[in-house]
Amino acid sequence: MVKKVGMEISVAIGEVVKRVNADVIAAYPITPQTHIVEHLAELVAEGELDAAFIPVESEHSAMSACLGAAAVGARTFTASAGQGLELMHEVLYVASSMRLPIVMAVTNRALSAPLSVWGDHSDAMAVRDTGWIQIFTENGQEVVDNVLCAFRIGEDPRVLLPVMVHLDGFHLSHMIEPILLPEPSQVAKFLPENKYPLPLDPSRPVTMGDFGPPVIYSEAKKAQEVNLRAAKEVVLECWNEFARIFKHSYHPVECYRSEDAKVLLLAMGSFCETAMVAVDKMRGEGKAVGLLRLRLWRPFPFEEIRKAAQAAEVLIVLDRAISFGGPGGPVCSEVRSALYPLDKRPKVIGFVGGLGGRDITPDGFEAIISRGIEIAKKGSKEEFEIFGVRE
Amino acid sequence: MAEYIEEEYFAPGHRACIGCGEALAVRLACKALGQNIIIVNATGCMEIVSSQLPYTSWRVPWIHTLFENTAAVASGIEAALKVMRGKGRGLAQEANVVAIAGDGGTSDIGLQALSGAMERGHDFLYLCFDNEAYMNTGIQRSSSTPFGAHTTTSPAGRRSIGQFSWKKDMPAIAVAHKIPYVATACPSYPKDLMRKVEKGLKIRGPAYLHILSVCPIGWRCATDLTIKIGRLAVQTGVFPLYEVENGKYSLNLDLPQLKPVAEYLKLQGRFRHLSDEVIKEIQQRVEEEYAKLKEKMAG
Repeated sequence: MVKKVGMEISVAIGEVVKRVNADVIAAYPITPQTHIVEHLAELVAEGELDAAFIPVESEHSAMSACLGAAAVGARTFTASAGQGLELMHEVLYVASSMRLPIVMAVTNRALSAPLSVWGDHSDAMAVRDTGWIQIFTENGQEVVDNVLCAFRIGEDPRVLLPVMVHLDGFHLSHMIEPILLPEPSQVAKFLPENKYPLPLDPSRPVTMGDFGPPVIYSEAKKAQEVNLRAAKEVVLECWNEFARIFKHSYHPVECYRSEDAKVLLLAMGSFCETAMVAVDKMRGEGKAVGLLRLRLWRPFPFEEIRKAAQAAEVLIVLDRAISFGGPGGPVCSEVRSALYPLDKRPKVIGFVGGLGGRDITPDGFEAIISRGIEIAKKGSKEEFEIFGVRE
Repeated sequence: MAEYIEEEYFAPGHRACIGCGEALAVRLACKALGQNIIIVNATGCMEIVSSQLPYTSWRVPWIHTLFENTAAVASGIEAALKVMRGKGRGLAQEANVVAIAGDGGTSDIGLQALSGAMERGHDFLYLCFDNEAYMNTGIQRSSSTPFGAHTTTSPAGRRSIGQFSWKKDMPAIAVAHKIPYVATACPSYPKDLMRKVEKGLKIRGPAYLHILSVCPIGWRCATDLTIKIGRLAVQTGVFPLYEVENGKYSLNLDLPQLKPVAEYLKLQGRFRHLSDEVIKEIQQRVEEEYAKLKEKMAG
């Protein structure tokens, strides 16, 4: 009988990486990612995981070492956050463009300045165009399940793309929760061996990472775009298969009490669980509100968002990142854009909140929803509002 | 050495300029490296001239990713091959990992990654092809550009002597990492170069080879003088050929009498603005450095 075990989510990620028998972990320490890689270093040191742990001298080198490892067919993992993810930025593009399946846990963290080690989604949004698959999680179980799924999705020969699993820094990374870890027999059934089709191999020399003149660059980028978009089907297939074996189901957009809801709130990550409390309370008061939790950020789930939101009158989107001088938050502007072609669509109202580790309580979410309804009725001078800011 | 003369793993038909010392050095190095290698190439001249889609000059597995991360990519490959071999699912053939980069990719932007990889002790060979400036982007100065050289970002002018700093001593930096093998080479001495590549490849742990590569475009010299200028660099003591094995220095071509540096400088347009006084200053510095190197041989 498999039992839930109380453990820190960061440690649980390490346990999944052990169970998938990863070959290479290259990482550089950054708060709040450290507990993940510390645990992995320990597993390797104790001989519990037969892997190379490369303690590189920067995040840029962490991702670069991962590129090299993946290019010879190794199952490859790293973790980062905030500034670390930003230092990796240019390498992230190379990983996806060269079709190298690397799995990275990102303990989402705010970006400097002022320096903040606490959570928001600025780092994740800054890398949204790097061509990675990006999955957001809300609790420890979702993190564990999706790290396992990430290996299967990324290494699938139809996909061959790197995958980021996002978990909120501290709010998730440092929490101790009851977690069901996958059994080795289940992993064996669920996750095939990583067979990278064209590794660097002297018996079959390949040239990787060529220089692309204008006559070929656009074609290369189109191929990449088609590939990432098509990956959604494999993500769905993976989650279906996961549900069959592990009995936990995942969807690109998770709907919570959204049927017949006139007002919907959309959020991402761990704050969704708090938002549920607010939705429950308001439902109890007879208000037709619901919650959409956006799980699959890249490839963006256009159909699912349209289906889930089109019947509502108001859709309030909470971003944990700002696009300075722009439309507010990246999630809001993308959701608004996805709904725009529909004849009947909700009014989309944007909020930014929860920056740099600032918490939003159930009361806070209630206030956001109420204020969103007010803006929908009366309008606002602002493109978006920052929730809970002292002025 | 005769057995690897015939094979060309760096295919002809690349886009390097006429008289390119680097292309020659790479060709020679590839002969010594043989087939069972994986090359990691930094951004730079060599990557651009050898890999334009849909063509490739590489008959061995080759990867380019970025400019500054070559040694880190090599680390990942080396570590992955080792662990996968242990798990019984490595490559059919064992492969040695070779990183190649220019002087900018080595002594400037890639220095951190290289230092990390050397310090961690990965089993790989790093070849720096030093043409003493950013030639690929149009002859900009690097920290490996010699004192007094005119480049597009260290131009000689009424208030400028050209390159204002002395060439960074990359081999000494490699030696400071206490790695098992560090050497200098130049394609004007092909047998010496190939011997060192072969040796660096065989040695377990990090090996660093610094190869002076004449660039007629950037050095403003005639394209048929590549070999001669390379020889003069060695014979004047500007670029001595030596090896450092486990910290022990040996000079490969001991010169009882150094030729005057002016003989080396006068063939290159990048130095043509230098006054006799500055040339004297360079001469003095070269002699001092050479004497210091010889002291290390004695030690």
